[in-house]
Amino acid sequence: MTPSTTSLSKLRRARKASRANGAYHATGIAICLFFLSPFVITFLASFRHGTEARLPPLPPWPTGGISIDSYLSLDTFGAGIWQHMINSLIVSIATVVLTVAVSLLAGYGFSRYRFPLKNVLFVLIIATLMIPFQSILTPLFIILAKMGLNNSLLGLTLVYVTLQLPFSVFMMRNAFDAVPKEIEEAARIDGARDLKLLVRVLLPLVLPGVATVAIFAFLNAWNEFLAALILLSSNEKYTLPVLMMAVRAGRLGAVNWGAVQAGVAVMTIPCLIIFLLLQRYYMRGLMAGAVK
Amino acid sequence: MAGTGSKALWPQRMRRRRSGWRGLVYIAPAMALVILFFIMPVIFTGWMSLHNWPLMGGTRWIGFKNYVRMFHDARFISALQFTACYTVIVTVAIFAVAFPLAIFVEKQRRFVSTYRTIIFLPVVVGLATASLLWVWLANVDSGFIGPALKALGLVDKSPNLLATFDSAFLTIIIMVVWKIAGFTMIILLTGLQAIPAELTEAARIDGAGPWQRFRHLTLPLMRKTIALALIISVTGSILAFDQFYIMTSGGPQNRMISVVYYIFNQSFVSFNLGYGAALSIALLAILVAISIMQLWLLRAGEERP
Repeated sequence: MTPSTTSLSKLRRARKASRANGAYHATGIAICLFFLSPFVITFLASFRHGTEARLPPLPPWPTGGISIDSYLSLDTFGAGIWQHMINSLIVSIATVVLTVAVSLLAGYGFSRYRFPLKNVLFVLIIATLMIPFQSILTPLFIILAKMGLNNSLLGLTLVYVTLQLPFSVFMMRNAFDAVPKEIEEAARIDGARDLKLLVRVLLPLVLPGVATVAIFAFLNAWNEFLAALILLSSNEKYTLPVLMMAVRAGRLGAVNWGAVQAGVAVMTIPCLIIFLLLQRYYMRGLMAGAVK
Repeated sequence: MAGTGSKALWPQRMRRRRSGWRGLVYIAPAMALVILFFIMPVIFTGWMSLHNWPLMGGTRWIGFKNYVRMFHDARFISALQFTACYTVIVTVAIFAVAFPLAIFVEKQRRFVSTYRTIIFLPVVVGLATASLLWVWLANVDSGFIGPALKALGLVDKSPNLLATFDSAFLTIIIMVVWKIAGFTMIILLTGLQAIPAELTEAARIDGAGPWQRFRHLTLPLMRKTIALALIISVTGSILAFDQFYIMTSGGPQNRMISVVYYIFNQSFVSFNLGYGAALSIALLAILVAISIMQLWLLRAGEERP
């Protein structure tokens, strides 16, 4: 073998590899285009002029200058977009806070204490995952009405918290199981007890678990549609997805597509931001759920 | 002596008992919520299903008449058939897209994590939001898909995708694949990455081609992961509601009424709460049966390595 042939074959191999590499990334870009373009088209189109809103998004970007007409028209539906955004935020943030608080306590209890029926109760909480909440909406509606919580954001929040519990309690128990008992004993000797011990000493140690639980609680509450549709009956209480049904239905047979685009943008952006910032914790939760 | 001994035992036993109750105190809020908003509603659903239960006025015990009615309800049967058909087709479609994607993003190389993230993005938005987005994209005059096809010269006239059953069904399938494929991809990816690299390498040295390696090595080793992804996809699809309600309002000629949609109509549009409860129990039974099958499938996967 002469040196020239080896270098030639090496060159050929390198060229082949780089061509395969190019094909790989071309495919990758095509795939990303499919998954990304619906978002991009909607965001761009939502900044077109009101007069363009009825036209197809070709090209999707605003040709006649950027305008917020679509967002202004979205504001004319229901009780105004701010009201509904605040409703959605109240429900989502309250769901996060309550889910974290309740599952933190329960996770600690299941991880560190022995008590009668412990395993039965734990399985009971996890087993609710098997039952679709779609099948118990009618009684939920009636029970909430009996408690005076029908058509209330608090009632909806409590339902969302309950739906989050199986996953969250499971996550938090595992998080506490991973904390060495010695840390707790040392803190106990230093005089920290009960809630003080939990909040001051253990909470920082299980913070990644808390982040995971919080992200899932937020996204699920922010995105949920069917329960909100059924449990909220008056206009000014609607969360964003329910409001969007009024936008989707249109007025006098005409749908304001500009408002639809703006609404989709408003509902999507918080989810994407939270996911991109806290991706690590989100994926941890996904894996924990999948492995279980 | 015995006295002091029992005295010494006392505080310990006291402490143990107290700690027992303290544990219950910690889990009490979670238990209260689960009992109030989950266990009770499930029992209540069973109770309601044995009644004629209108929204207003008195309820009347009618035994199993709601269930008898269910078996003779042609619209419920067609909702069941439609849901089953949708579940099979959408699950196949999701796998057909997600499996190649998982293989595509498996190896660690440049930009792969970016690809994974982008493919996953639709998963984190709501199904209702995604439905709304796609109902606009699929709109005949103001949307993107039809007008874009026309602009490319592929069709003469922008098609009204949501007007006929077949094209509306196809649009919904594509929307759901777009929304869910990233999720299934990540689940399958965990299975792929769990396969030891030496095994694939050994098979390659033994002369197994890519398809043979996939068929006889990858697939059997991923049994458990595939079963899991399958179950998640199937249970999710059986409970489909948002996409049919938002995108087609039940579809051309009411042919896109899923089971949950039908329960919703019976309970909250016609206000036959008792009958809706009986339908819910049927749905619940189907889902629990699938969950039990899941446990069995996963265990079967464990026994055979």
